[in-house]
Amino acid sequence: MSAIEILGLEKIYRVGFWRKRPKRALQPLHLTVEEGEVFGFLGPNGAGKTTTLKMLMGLVFPSGGSARILGREWTDPEVKAQIGFLPEQPYFYDYLTAHELLDYYGQLSGVPAKDRKRRVEEVLLRVGLTDVKGMQLRKFSKGMLQRVGIAQAILHNPKLVFLDEPMSGLDPLGRREVRDLIQQLKQEGKTVFFSTHILSDAEALCDRVAIIHKGELKGVGAVEELTASVQGRVEVIWHGTQVPAAMKGLGAECYVSGDTVRAVMDERMQDAAIDVLRRERIRLIAITPLRTSLEAYFVERLQHSQTTAGTSA
Amino acid sequence: MNARIAYIASNTFREAVRDRVLYNLIAFALLLSAAAVLVAQISIGIERLVVVNLGLTAVTLFGIVIAIFIGIGLVSKEIEKRTLYTVLSRPVRRWEFIVGKFFGLAGTLVVNTFFMAIGVFGALFYVAHKFTATDAYILVALYFIILEFLIICSLSLLFSSFSTPLLAAIFAFALFIIGSFADDLRGFAALSHGITRWFATAAAYLVPNFSALNVISAVAHQQSVGAQLILQNTLYALFYSTMALSGAVLIFERRNLK
Repeated sequence: MSAIEILGLEKIYRVGFWRKRPKRALQPLHLTVEEGEVFGFLGPNGAGKTTTLKMLMGLVFPSGGSARILGREWTDPEVKAQIGFLPEQPYFYDYLTAHELLDYYGQLSGVPAKDRKRRVEEVLLRVGLTDVKGMQLRKFSKGMLQRVGIAQAILHNPKLVFLDEPMSGLDPLGRREVRDLIQQLKQEGKTVFFSTHILSDAEALCDRVAIIHKGELKGVGAVEELTASVQGRVEVIWHGTQVPAAMKGLGAECYVSGDTVRAVMDERMQDAAIDVLRRERIRLIAITPLRTSLEAYFVERLQHSQTTAGTSA
Repeated sequence: MNARIAYIASNTFREAVRDRVLYNLIAFALLLSAAAVLVAQISIGIERLVVVNLGLTAVTLFGIVIAIFIGIGLVSKEIEKRTLYTVLSRPVRRWEFIVGKFFGLAGTLVVNTFFMAIGVFGALFYVAHKFTATDAYILVALYFIILEFLIICSLSLLFSSFSTPLLAAIFAFALFIIGSFADDLRGFAALSHGITRWFATAAAYLVPNFSALNVISAVAHQQSVGAQLILQNTLYALFYSTMALSGAVLIFERRNLK
């Protein structure tokens, strides 16, 4: 059974004050997410990711199409007992403490009273908020609120978790913790559907991804499949003022600055570049990915859609 | 009651308490204490009449202001702050949310009225030095005031489900004022002719009839309130609130939460 089957969901908004004209936020979307997958829903800001998630959560009504979640109609309220949702930039009842908020959400999700206290303590521990559980949320930082958001999404032990931009507003440590949490959820057999525009997160975590742009699906598949035809770029920096001749042969673009040299090349040339530096006894300073394979694919798909749109116009 | 409605109602009550809504009771207590002391000095023989009139009118106005100002934000504030997203993404029906909010606000007003009623009886005892059997009629007047609050709560929720908080407040206040003169509006309709009569009659029956719910003057004069009026007003308030609440649910069920 698929965890999510999106069957032509689309959204058209009416905009304008007097003569309202239609604005298509999402083209008919067909997408399937299997159980136990970590699925990335990628796209630039305004691509239609949040609209899709809101439709799946019943917050926005689609103009057409339907969906099935965990084998049931997505409008069935009982389905919601088995899903968790973290909205983008979440905001909560700030007069409550973290413990009170989670207890309230536990009540609404139908967690039995005898289990609720234990579950609340467990998730607070899991997101690292045990020490501040008695503090009102109005005193929480953005990063702490994001942790509360994650806690409320997994509180009722859902089978399927939707996360809308879960790394948004987090510092590097917080991002790493969320990454770890998503991996833990996968190990527990849960399905995770998360939207992001941070491609390195998706590349590191996802079994499969879908790319959406201007409300239209541009590609879907396993990360390795999608990136087979494109190459990422890396930046290699070494100490010195000379560029070895062999390095130029690798197709690197080299820039000398003071006593360091910076070379930008395809990521498949990375090992060969290291070999050249070793052979020449040059001290390597750093190798940094400039654009991952997924980023390269993403940019290629977006440019392709813009070219297509330009040609058809 | 459905458990989820009870949870939402309880959280709405908790929000009102934490947002210091019940602090209005301090203002009410100060107002009534000052009035009681003043009345005891300047009103010879009519202290009771003045205190009951003043006390019950203050209970009404304080409650109406709370009902409108909280009621108009119950839905719109949740949409604006997006707190609704994490509630409606759970197994909570939209109608349960509206009804839960209504009961939460109604509960807040009942508790508020209870404490204000203690204040009214305290002031009455201060000026009259004793209670009489006719003072029990004040309880009926307080019951009718709570019925008024139920109607205003449901109307505030209705207006807040489709308009901005400012407009919702204006609509609700306007209906409270017009509804307080509903009897006069009906009298005007009976005296007018043609299309004016038609419009005035329609308006008179559409606006909430707060005239019938206002027995403050009668109980201040120690007049009894008939059982039939109590039954009629109860049914009327329940019917009117249910209709307004149903309207709020119907609108909210179709609303996109952007």
